[in-house]
Amino acid sequence: MSASPRPAPRKLIPIVPVESASVGLYEAHRKIYARSIQGVFARWRWAMVFLTQIVFYGLPWLEWGQRQMVLFDLAARRFYLFGLVLYPQDLIYLTGLLVVSALLLFLFTAVAGRLWCGYACPQTVYTQMFMWVEEKIEGPRSARMRLDKGALSMEKGVKKSFKHLVWLGIALWTGFTFVGYFTPIRELGMAFLQTRMGSWEVFWAFFYGFATYGNAGFMREQVCKYMCPYARFQGAMFDRDTLIVSYDAARGEARGARGKQHDRAGLGDCIDCTLCVQVCPTGIDIREGLQYECIGCGLCVDACNTVMAKMDYPPGLIRYATQNGMAGRWSARQVLRRVLRPRVLVYSALLGALCLGLLASLVVRTPLKVDVVRDRASLARIAEGGMLENVYRLQLMNATERPQRYAIAVRGLEGLSVAAGASLEVQPAESRWVAVRLQLPYGTAAPGSHTVHFDVRFEDGASHVSEKAVFLVPR
Amino acid sequence: MSDFIGGFWSHYVTYLSLASIAACALLLWITNRARVPGGGDNTTGHVWDEDLREMNNPLPRWWVGLFILTIVFALGYLVAYPGLGSLQGQLGWSTQGEYAKEIAKANAELAPVYAKYTAMPHEAVAGDPQAMAIGERLFLNNCAQCHGSDARGSKGFPNLTDKDWLYGGAPERIQETITQGRTGVMPPMAAAVGSPEDVKNVANYVLSLSGSPHDSVRAGLGKSKFSACAACHGVGGTGNPALGAPNLADRVWLHGYGQDAIVSIINTGKTNVMPAQQGRLTEAQIHVLASYVWGLSNRAAAP
Repeated sequence: MSASPRPAPRKLIPIVPVESASVGLYEAHRKIYARSIQGVFARWRWAMVFLTQIVFYGLPWLEWGQRQMVLFDLAARRFYLFGLVLYPQDLIYLTGLLVVSALLLFLFTAVAGRLWCGYACPQTVYTQMFMWVEEKIEGPRSARMRLDKGALSMEKGVKKSFKHLVWLGIALWTGFTFVGYFTPIRELGMAFLQTRMGSWEVFWAFFYGFATYGNAGFMREQVCKYMCPYARFQGAMFDRDTLIVSYDAARGEARGARGKQHDRAGLGDCIDCTLCVQVCPTGIDIREGLQYECIGCGLCVDACNTVMAKMDYPPGLIRYATQNGMAGRWSARQVLRRVLRPRVLVYSALLGALCLGLLASLVVRTPLKVDVVRDRASLARIAEGGMLENVYRLQLMNATERPQRYAIAVRGLEGLSVAAGASLEVQPAESRWVAVRLQLPYGTAAPGSHTVHFDVRFEDGASHVSEKAVFLVPR
Repeated sequence: MSDFIGGFWSHYVTYLSLASIAACALLLWITNRARVPGGGDNTTGHVWDEDLREMNNPLPRWWVGLFILTIVFALGYLVAYPGLGSLQGQLGWSTQGEYAKEIAKANAELAPVYAKYTAMPHEAVAGDPQAMAIGERLFLNNCAQCHGSDARGSKGFPNLTDKDWLYGGAPERIQETITQGRTGVMPPMAAAVGSPEDVKNVANYVLSLSGSPHDSVRAGLGKSKFSACAACHGVGGTGNPALGAPNLADRVWLHGYGQDAIVSIINTGKTNVMPAQQGRLTEAQIHVLASYVWGLSNRAAAP
């Protein structure tokens, strides 16, 4: 036994690095090399890529009768949607569609966070496609990082050029398809082959193509972080029962690497492999909790579950979980039960009602539109036979794709009748102005203004519209 | 040409615009140089009201680049286009110039369409559905205000669909009317006719010409006094298209029907103007329009 007294442990003053004294208000762009990963959510993401893009690229090529099935003819202000011909007057349907879309976004976001961002947003979808091309040409994450760090070489030049060529190909095809929704795409294709596309069509094809190339090739997560307003306000729709991609800190910490023998030595389940960071398309560390950059794609869930499986740990260290569920260690069942909370039910009810209303109004929509404009200069005149006459111009629109005969009648005043030309034809999807005279035997109505109604109907009886007008009797 | 009342506002706008742009540039420059303490907590280190702190979520550098681009663009734009007060800009662009250019372009595009019809006689143009569709639009935009959208006119504005013409119904005459306009003058004739009783008598005589209800005694008395009217309206009252004197022997009453209306016209006269369309419409447009108007009374009504 040594009597020599042990020196009292020296009081250590922890060395804290002087925090880098200053940072700028602007930061240089840091390129993100996302590692690709397999898994349930990665498969869902691919499924959504195919679903959305087959529709986007394919839809304009489908025909409906003699015309393109979906075509927004801006110049003629006619919007062909399957069997429908919509006019600017039908703006209410677009409004309805936008409200439905907004409510859908609210609903999805309330239930499971930024599903739209992670799976369906074009920014996400095209970025994913472009990343796939990048990986096929330049190799996996580490190879890409090496390639970018390395000096310019033959290999680098060839790979980079080839990548950009493919990207530009996809981008221009996207731009071309986009324009194909506004100009008949088959004619556009012919025009393109004969290099006689209109200058505006070329502009928009290149503009949209350039936007695709730039956003999916270069801007990527920057769009979500700095440009997209939806990204920011979706956070406001979360509540404590919203399913968000979460790291189970209670289970994972303290994180740390460990040997093959799984000697935990007080460590949590997180082995600090950083795979979740490497696969993240926005380059964040989900273990720091919910962040505004997180687009909710679930790739870190896939990454972590792969690792958990290798370690023989149960999956779900990173998972879709609610804040309540995480705090109360709820089972999946308990979490799902909270999905049907008032907020979600109200969104669903509104959505259902709106969809039903929209559908019903589309079904009963009259393909016959009438606008009555009374001649402004002359109040009334006396016509042959002692008739008091008022003149109107009727704009008759035929929103069907067949020629229609129109019958015009009037009601509202005893003895009032439509003078010659009460029946006429309007060509498919055309509108026509016609002058219509209303006659009333002189002296049968009191002087002043009388409300009358034009009744306009298709002669085959299918549709009918009543439009208010004014008949003036002078003193 | 300046839209400003005085020089002051032009200077005001100019200096304000340039100062704003300079302020943006200055702000960018200052923020670009600013450094904030970099801490682990991602704040600027600025604390106030005891615990409020300002986060530093830095904007990306490319955003600065974009901002600089917009400043450069703004300056370039202001040099090239009017924007600084009443300065015209180097390109000499103006809304009037743009309008004139677009009109000229549209006219150039339409020229071949009209050229086809100008070469055709009016009668043939009136038989061409496309020309008549053009004519209808021209009519609705330029003539319907007075003549009504069905061209049947109103009190004081002649009906163009009947065969009654003040200045003759030949297409060439119609074209002349549209081009040069017409001023129809009926002078006050009361003094020339005689006493108020004589005027009443003449009015009844005029009514009798078309077989309208009238006082035959008065008409008989008025017949001799009608000589004052015959100089223009003709002995039989059938009018004179060369002068624009209306036919009094038909049942068209442009300025009102009945003894009182006629007496009033004789006493006070009437000046009725059809404005000239020359200069508002091109000769080619007037050609199509004349054919359309001629067609209104000479062509079977379209369905």
